[in-house]
Amino acid sequence: MRNFLAIYKRETRSYFNSPIAYVVIGLFMILAGIFFYLIISNFVQMCMRVDMMAQQYRTAPQKMNVNLMAIRPIMHNLSLFALFFLPLVTMRLYSDEKKTGTIELLMTSPVTNWQAILGKFAAASTLFLVMLGGTFIYILFIFIYGNPEFWPIMTGYLGLLLIGLSYLSFGLFFSTLTDNQIIAAVSTFVFILVFWAIGWVAGIVSPSLGQVLTNFSLIEHFDDFAKGVLDTKHIIYYLSFVFMGLFLSFVSIESARWRGR
Amino acid sequence: MIEVQQVSRYFGEVAAAKDISFTVEKGEIVGFLGPNAAGKTTTMRILTTFLPATSGTAKVAGFDVHEESMQVRKRIGYLPESPPLYHDMRVRDYLDFVAKIKGVAPVDRKKSVTEVMGKVAIDNVSNRVIKHLSKGYKQRVGIAQALVHNPDVLILDEPTVGLDPTQIIEVRELIKSLAGDHTIILSTHILPEVSMTCERVIIINKGVVVAKDTTAGLTSKYAGAKRLSLVVDAPFEKVEAKVLELAGVDHVEKGNSGSELTTVLIDSSKTEDIRPELANLVFKERWPLYELKSEDVSLEDVFLQLTTQEEEDAS
Repeated sequence: MRNFLAIYKRETRSYFNSPIAYVVIGLFMILAGIFFYLIISNFVQMCMRVDMMAQQYRTAPQKMNVNLMAIRPIMHNLSLFALFFLPLVTMRLYSDEKKTGTIELLMTSPVTNWQAILGKFAAASTLFLVMLGGTFIYILFIFIYGNPEFWPIMTGYLGLLLIGLSYLSFGLFFSTLTDNQIIAAVSTFVFILVFWAIGWVAGIVSPSLGQVLTNFSLIEHFDDFAKGVLDTKHIIYYLSFVFMGLFLSFVSIESARWRGR
Repeated sequence: MIEVQQVSRYFGEVAAAKDISFTVEKGEIVGFLGPNAAGKTTTMRILTTFLPATSGTAKVAGFDVHEESMQVRKRIGYLPESPPLYHDMRVRDYLDFVAKIKGVAPVDRKKSVTEVMGKVAIDNVSNRVIKHLSKGYKQRVGIAQALVHNPDVLILDEPTVGLDPTQIIEVRELIKSLAGDHTIILSTHILPEVSMTCERVIIINKGVVVAKDTTAGLTSKYAGAKRLSLVVDAPFEKVEAKVLELAGVDHVEKGNSGSELTTVLIDSSKTEDIRPELANLVFKERWPLYELKSEDVSLEDVFLQLTTQEEEDAS
């Protein structure tokens, strides 16, 4: 535990002592803010149109659900932005250690590989939590000017957290494979994008295979969270995804040791 | 303290280390000498548990490097070829981190860090960010990193590389002062370094141990030839022809005299001393004699002999 904490602290400080954390958080917030504004103004326009129609035809105005019509697309957007940003967060975790040679310190210290992996993963997750926390400011605006339901939003954020951890775990894995940060980031990005979009092929392959592919898709499992539906099968999917990424990282580090790279 | 038995390490088909065996007693300083790519780093990496051996066993402080690697790791300090520094950290924070992961108890940590900074004379830069330090300071932080948990065994891979002459002397003095409490293995391809700091030498070439002995022992044992230097006032060609006729002379070459006189370097086989016969010859030929002395074979010669011999055998 002490080793885990030592590594976790070092990595977290390394994020927040350098511009990385602030650039990533700042740009993520700006991007999220722009899309938040677009989606909300779109939603407000729609509400006004519905109101006008109701007045014209002298019927009771239709109820508009802010959770489904504004917050759900916001959640989807955030999950997409995380896909762009998180590979940049994880790319240096092991690549940099390999490049500068500090991996030799880490691997000749009485620290197990799992302690190191989990420490690094927790540090990257901390940065991601701050990113997510930042976007919560926007959600507060909806609470001030509207009356959304609280728990579906929390479910949405849980979904975001899980999908983000999935990205991070594979980002960590790809950074164990190379000493080049760019390669680590790009391969993470492509890999996640494939798993993201894999469900879209479902329409053109046989139904049974399509079903399998849909079940593998990262984003298919996300939609229920965005809607505010909490389903254990999705939670288990993401947790296995995370575990897989971490486990592959472990295997990769061990095998690199045997191969001597 | 360190026992290495028949350790080999292959990278694919290539053997980086082949059947390496040696032991190091507690408190000794042992030099690992060899040309570049001889297998020094590979052997050290096996000892530090960074790299598993393909075959053979190695024990550090009684613990097997493979089976009980965590126990070994607690007891070693390792300075790799390039010091393993986190460039964005401050010196003190970095050493504190290393102390933490090396298992120094929280109550002792501050003291250990301060002490080690004093030992390698980096206390004046303790709050500087590592990337802004000069190469010499970085190297010293690297040494401090290996020392901070006061390990039984120190493994230093080319500790003086990249330092200026004064710093090299300082680092050597530091290493010498650490012997006794610590068992030290250091690798180098700089010969004087070994004769100056180490009690024993292990010469390694192409992954094989070609010699291991004390520095003095090596020079006398492996000096396959005795070298004489003769300074006379006579043409070189004439002297060469006559000297070669003597029994036991293998090789004659012209030396650098820097004056009108002729300096002749004579290699003879080790068993017989040809000095009396040589003196006779000089007397008989009536060459004005200025100097006749035997030259000690230096460690450098032994090293060259041992590492090039291999190549000749191979070709």
